[in-house]
Amino acid sequence: MAVTPDDVRHVAGLARLGIPEDALARYVEQLNGILSHMEVLQRVKGEAEATPPDAGMALREDRVAPVPLAIARERFAPRMRDGFFLVPRLATHEDAGEEP
Amino acid sequence: MTVPLLDQGAASIAAAVREARVAAVEVFGAAHGRLLESHAGPDGIHAVLSTAEPPTVAPTSGPLAGVPVAIKDNIATLTLPTSCGSRILEHWVSPYEATAARKLREAGASLIGKTNMDEFAMGSSTENSAYGPSRNPHDRTRAPGGSSGGSAAAVAAGIAPIALGSETGGSVRQPAAFCGVVGVKPTYGRVSRFGLVAFASSLDGIGVFGRTVDDAALATEIVSGHDPHDATSAAVEPAAMRIGPGTLDGLVIGVPREYFPDSLDPSVRERCDRAREALRAQGATLRDVSLPHTDLAIPVYYIIAPAECSANLARFDGVRYGMRIEGDGIRAMYEATRAAGFGAEVTRRILLGTYVLSAGYYDAYYRKAQQVRELIRSDFDAVFASGVQALFTPTTPTPAFALGAISDPYEMYLSDIFTVTANLAGVPAMSVPIGRVGGLPVGGQILARHFDETTMFRVAYALEEALGAEAAR
Amino acid sequence: MTGAWEMVVGLEVHVQLRTRSKAFCGCSATFGDAPNQNTCPVCLALPGALPVLNARAVELAARAALALGCDVHRRSVFARKNYFYPDLPKGYQISQAEQPLATGGRVPLPDGSTVGITRIHMEEDAGKSIHDRFPGQTAIDLNRAGVPLIEIVGEPEIRSSAQAGAYLRALREILLFGEVSDVSMEEGSFRVDANVSARRRGETAFRPRTEIKNLNSFSNVEHALELEFARHVATYEADGAIAQQTMLFDALRQEVRPARSKEGSHDYRYFPEPDLPPLVLAADWLAAQRAALGELPAARRARFVGALGVSAHEAEILTAEPAIAEYFDAVAAAGGDGKAAANWILGEVLAARNAAGGAAAGLVVAPARLAALIALVRTGAVSSTAAKAIFQTMLTDGAEPKAIAERDGLLQVGDDGALEAWIAEVWAEHPDEARRYAAGEAKLQGVLVGFVMKKSKGRADPKKVNQLLATRAGS
Repeated sequence: MAVTPDDVRHVAGLARLGIPEDALARYVEQLNGILSHMEVLQRVKGEAEATPPDAGMALREDRVAPVPLAIARERFAPRMRDGFFLVPRLATHEDAGEEP
Repeated sequence: MTVPLLDQGAASIAAAVREARVAAVEVFGAAHGRLLESHAGPDGIHAVLSTAEPPTVAPTSGPLAGVPVAIKDNIATLTLPTSCGSRILEHWVSPYEATAARKLREAGASLIGKTNMDEFAMGSSTENSAYGPSRNPHDRTRAPGGSSGGSAAAVAAGIAPIALGSETGGSVRQPAAFCGVVGVKPTYGRVSRFGLVAFASSLDGIGVFGRTVDDAALATEIVSGHDPHDATSAAVEPAAMRIGPGTLDGLVIGVPREYFPDSLDPSVRERCDRAREALRAQGATLRDVSLPHTDLAIPVYYIIAPAECSANLARFDGVRYGMRIEGDGIRAMYEATRAAGFGAEVTRRILLGTYVLSAGYYDAYYRKAQQVRELIRSDFDAVFASGVQALFTPTTPTPAFALGAISDPYEMYLSDIFTVTANLAGVPAMSVPIGRVGGLPVGGQILARHFDETTMFRVAYALEEALGAEAAR
Repeated sequence: MTGAWEMVVGLEVHVQLRTRSKAFCGCSATFGDAPNQNTCPVCLALPGALPVLNARAVELAARAALALGCDVHRRSVFARKNYFYPDLPKGYQISQAEQPLATGGRVPLPDGSTVGITRIHMEEDAGKSIHDRFPGQTAIDLNRAGVPLIEIVGEPEIRSSAQAGAYLRALREILLFGEVSDVSMEEGSFRVDANVSARRRGETAFRPRTEIKNLNSFSNVEHALELEFARHVATYEADGAIAQQTMLFDALRQEVRPARSKEGSHDYRYFPEPDLPPLVLAADWLAAQRAALGELPAARRARFVGALGVSAHEAEILTAEPAIAEYFDAVAAAGGDGKAAANWILGEVLAARNAAGGAAAGLVVAPARLAALIALVRTGAVSSTAAKAIFQTMLTDGAEPKAIAERDGLLQVGDDGALEAWIAEVWAEHPDEARRYAAGEAKLQGVLVGFVMKKSKGRADPKKVNQLLATRAGS
């Protein structure tokens, strides 16, 4: 399952990582290098016995009690106006869609 | 010759502060002096990224009254930045506090600084810090280990008797071994992760460094406990950790053969042999055991950890906080921000994690890795069910390597080979100094059953007692 | 033209659960506050913050699933659904994937048909993106981010727009009944996406489907389905092909059009949420939830008609709100007269509640008191006119209806002597009518009874007054 430059472009797109074309080859090579060490897993047969049913997670009481913010949103947000976080305009909900 | 108060251990410092024999501000001043001294010059250890002001309201009570502590830069504190060693969070000051940081503060500790680390805890040398590497106080040409290298170096340099680090695959134990200090990774769920910036949530945990086993036990007891803000925090009874030295009569310690491969550095093997003798001399029975899936731990880890990290680091998008590089449209803004904000190793792991989760590869990589993780877990269950109460292994295959010596990512990953299993299985583990090789510290690792930190510390105290000054100096 | 074609529809419904706080943090889940006011480290996805699941959200989700006849699983697992969008703070939505809360289930519709439920899973809502507020910018409000939802995925068993409407109304009724949600399409607490395809009658395989989003009322759903179905059919009849894509319904123009950008291959990279252990529900807890749910609206309507003697139409109104249905049950049980209880509730009781400000004003007269009032009418102790006056008093006065009737002199008077005295007075005061009535003009009896009732301030027993007047005329 060799990783191709297109694979790296694809996952970089999914992860919103801007990767310059000249850096692509290096990542292709490194990912292939790392993944070659993972092939050993494919040879493992058998599964561990299913762990006994755990108690599950502890739940939170339905109470309005937010963890307070010691610093106002306006002070840490890169761009804020009238209480809204601002980002470059999206014309519709589809504009930031998954794939170009 | 009297030992400076700062070197007498956290409990002694706290007692002196509580009894008003010394002011917390004076202790802080001494720690600060050590910090400046160790950071001076081109080969300064660069253990801390930000330095605190002296406490304005000096604590006079609490089990850590006036004790200087250093905290890894991925644990949220209210007063200093929490940059995670990354450009994307440069100057980021958290508007809320991590539970572990709050517990230390409430115990009277004074924060002295936030410590350097591999970016987002991804690395084993601190060389992946966006702010430059830390140096090993024992040999400044060498790495202090990582990712919590800054915390390990700060404790080794005597700046603070206690520091917090974090573990995902050995990020406390490996630097503890390299720097000759005690490093504790408690059971998964023992210490709240609330406020620990996530790398790989199912593996992450806050860990503790101490100059001595006693300092480490004291601090681990303080930061432990159930936290309603962390759904993976366990509602279990506290374990006694600060139990002091005692014999190991009746204790069975397993020595897993997979952790002593033929390739093991002979000097490390020799130090481990002496440690085994010491454990036997303290009354323990040592038993040869096997954890047969150990060699699969690194491949499993480097699928699961990057997969989780690819999601955990998606929040750094320039919308609500942190770095933002404007671009033409939202997508360009995301890509510019994340390209400028993340370093090479973080980028590599996000790519890797996204790849193994993506359509068509999930079953072959992620699902398979989870299945093998269960096998690794069941190895531990089986060995502990066989009557073994603790395990002893080397912490790392070699002593500290030189800065810049390892450039291949996978070779670097292999420095965690003896530590990742405890994270995959969730069991408690710690590293204690067991001697020196050519002036460089060597660490021995103790592992125990889930939530049995008491037995782990029992072994650690005994080992420290038996090896004495030979290991520590 | 469409007669040879069959509509195939599956609906996905997102329902906001009625909790005080968000799904994974202690922020208020209130609608309509100042932008980003209800945000905290967790729902802003600040570094290091962690989710903790709201117990009430679990309870409401389980209740909805039980009411819809689903199998609620003892163990379900949350998963991360990964995608970038500025109103999704973590870069992933916490949802459920391979192991949802519930599967199976079936919703009965009034026409006797049923629609299957594939699955119900819990998830969190995203925030709100506002594109038209600032030029060149999209404004993000995260108050809604992290609000608890369930998604109800229906089987593609719906065959007409009317059936789709009936299914949605049935869902709404069940969710309201279980107090699971406010079920308001306007406020976004009930959101519908529709998957539509068309096929020739008799075909067994499905043809490609399109998904319609942005459906903001029940009538829009029905209308959009008709439009989209017609488009599919017309395309096929012209030997065209339907491409799988997302469509948006434009309520202003009443048209369905393709979403602006082309639908790519979504790759959400679901994997189990490592911050949340599996959700494990105890068997006895589930049994208690099932028991607490009680009788479902459809069953209750059937009982009201069958055992309590009300009409189907009355039963419909009585079960429209759980509070009214329970009130009716209590009044009927206390008085033993379902028909009278229904008349009172559909008349005076709801009129009084509406006058006082609607549902929030509540049903102030205790069921036992109303039953006692009904009994006073039945035994003839008060007239129905007087009973209405007594009821008005009861809205503000906690006394027993009988005590009010006595105090206010509203007990019906059936004593011949008193009635004869009133009749005599009326006879004297209205000699013309009296004379004509006595002469055989029988239709004036009602007028005279009215005079007597007025004189008695409504207390005279009208039946007896009639008898006495008839006797007087006949003598």
